[in-house]
Amino acid sequence: MTDLALDPLGLLVVIPLLGALAAFAWPRGATGLSLLVGLANLAVAAALAVKVATVGPAHHALGGWGAPLGIDLAADGLSVLMLLMTAVIGLLVSFTAAAAFAATPGEDDAAARRRACFPPLWLLLLTGLNALFLSRDVFNLYVTLEIVALASVGLAVLSGTRAALEAGLRYLVASLLGSLLFLLGVGLIYSAYGRLDLDGLAALAAPAPVASAALVAMLAGLALKSALFPLHFWLPAAHANATAPASALLSALVVKGALYVALRLFTEVFAPADPLALLVGLLGAAAVLWGSLEALRAERLKLLVAWSTVAQIGLIFVAFALSGTIGSAAAWQGAVLLMLAHAIAKAAMFLAAGRIAEAAGHDLIARLDRATVRPGLALFAFGLATISLIGLPPSAGFVGKWLLMEGALTAGGWAWLAVALFGTALTAAYLARPLAAFLRFDRVRRPLADEYAWRLSDLPPLALALMAVAFGLVATQTLDLLAIGSPLGIAP
Amino acid sequence: MTTAAIYAAAGILLVGIGLYRLVTTGDLLRRVVALNVASGGTGAVLVAAAWRAPPGPTDPVPHALVITGIVVVVSTTAVALALIRRLHDEEEPK
Repeated sequence: MTDLALDPLGLLVVIPLLGALAAFAWPRGATGLSLLVGLANLAVAAALAVKVATVGPAHHALGGWGAPLGIDLAADGLSVLMLLMTAVIGLLVSFTAAAAFAATPGEDDAAARRRACFPPLWLLLLTGLNALFLSRDVFNLYVTLEIVALASVGLAVLSGTRAALEAGLRYLVASLLGSLLFLLGVGLIYSAYGRLDLDGLAALAAPAPVASAALVAMLAGLALKSALFPLHFWLPAAHANATAPASALLSALVVKGALYVALRLFTEVFAPADPLALLVGLLGAAAVLWGSLEALRAERLKLLVAWSTVAQIGLIFVAFALSGTIGSAAAWQGAVLLMLAHAIAKAAMFLAAGRIAEAAGHDLIARLDRATVRPGLALFAFGLATISLIGLPPSAGFVGKWLLMEGALTAGGWAWLAVALFGTALTAAYLARPLAAFLRFDRVRRPLADEYAWRLSDLPPLALALMAVAFGLVATQTLDLLAIGSPLGIAP
Repeated sequence: MTTAAIYAAAGILLVGIGLYRLVTTGDLLRRVVALNVASGGTGAVLVAAAWRAPPGPTDPVPHALVITGIVVVVSTTAVALALIRRLHDEEEPK
């Protein structure tokens, strides 16, 4: 226990877990507790990042039992980036949640329930995600995926509306099915190799038919959880009907958890056959098209943002098609940067969309240009996030897409280049719809001066959006950090 | 065909049956039951992975995995049932 208390890897799991339990047991102080735990978590994640950047990859055998019998926690550059992303976005979203769910006189039971339930669910989600990014064992990954899934379903149904409950139930079934397929793969791996730790598997994994079957089952499960076309059916309704802070967490972080596991398995454990990599890439390309087209058709702002997640995740999956080629290192770097960029921009966008819907009283895109109250800062944050999602310089989205396209060019994959470019044009097209509505003033009749309302809860989306735009300026440092421990076959 | 292979094949068959029902039914409760059937199949595959030639003891690791899997399925089923009940209550207000 003493070594656990001092080790940042253990702390990253223990602090949010104890925080979640305390927040559940003490609802009155839950909001404050969630902010406190979020800050502590960010401090530990930052300390770990410094340690990894200076000393090298960190490693901790829980209880002194090493792999293969015990459970190992480890952090390399990729884990650290994911942990930092979760810590920063989570903290800012908790601030918004604290403001959005604050007690008001004469509130109904549902509002009180949202305030009491958000902090423990979010902290449980943080526990699951932190453990996920630190795990080096496929069964442990299964358990963390399941913790993440349960917490996410709770967050998705927090608004308590009928649509949210239906979407949440569909999400739960899809997610549980994904976990079952993953567990089936774990069982097949164990029967083939007799061990479950990633490092041991990487050393052993001579291609066996059972291993291919295991990889297919696990990838199918992860595709379901990360909403890869055509397994995305649960995502738009679940993300669009949740409350704004919950949507931000689900879209920015939860989807990335499954994507992270897919990245690890693909690059470290298996040498996947070419047809499988190609299939994942093609599905990603289909997701770019389908998600964008649906976003172009969406009537509600939050639904548009949710469909955009399907398209953007598809673009990240395109990098899988370049694995094993000479362009793979650049493509993986691009994929990781796109994951970070999408997480930051999408969190900003969902929080801003929530504020806009709250101020306008609805989120129908066609009627937004008639809104008499315009939350200026939230509109501005949405616009900034748009820059990063489209991939204009100097945003992180730009650098990520650039690296992905460089990988495609090096490998001679012209078709993938076309997918990325066409996807960019489509992104600009569907995001122009809400922007046009924001910028159109001629239908507003009341004087504008007193209608630019802003609140404290505008600041987190604004901060996230600024981060998304400026993140490209520190892309070199980010890539240096990513290369530590050579995850994804990237040479330092 | 060894005993383990028979159990593993039966497990995969169960997963198939569960998946089939899951995609063909629209009823929420039936879907949860179908998921439980599929998870039973996954458990059977893991148990089969524990099999060793008779003189030696069976491998305890997959058993531990199955128990964890069962705990997970029981808790997710509970959440699913709670959500279904909530939806049902919304349909018929007392």
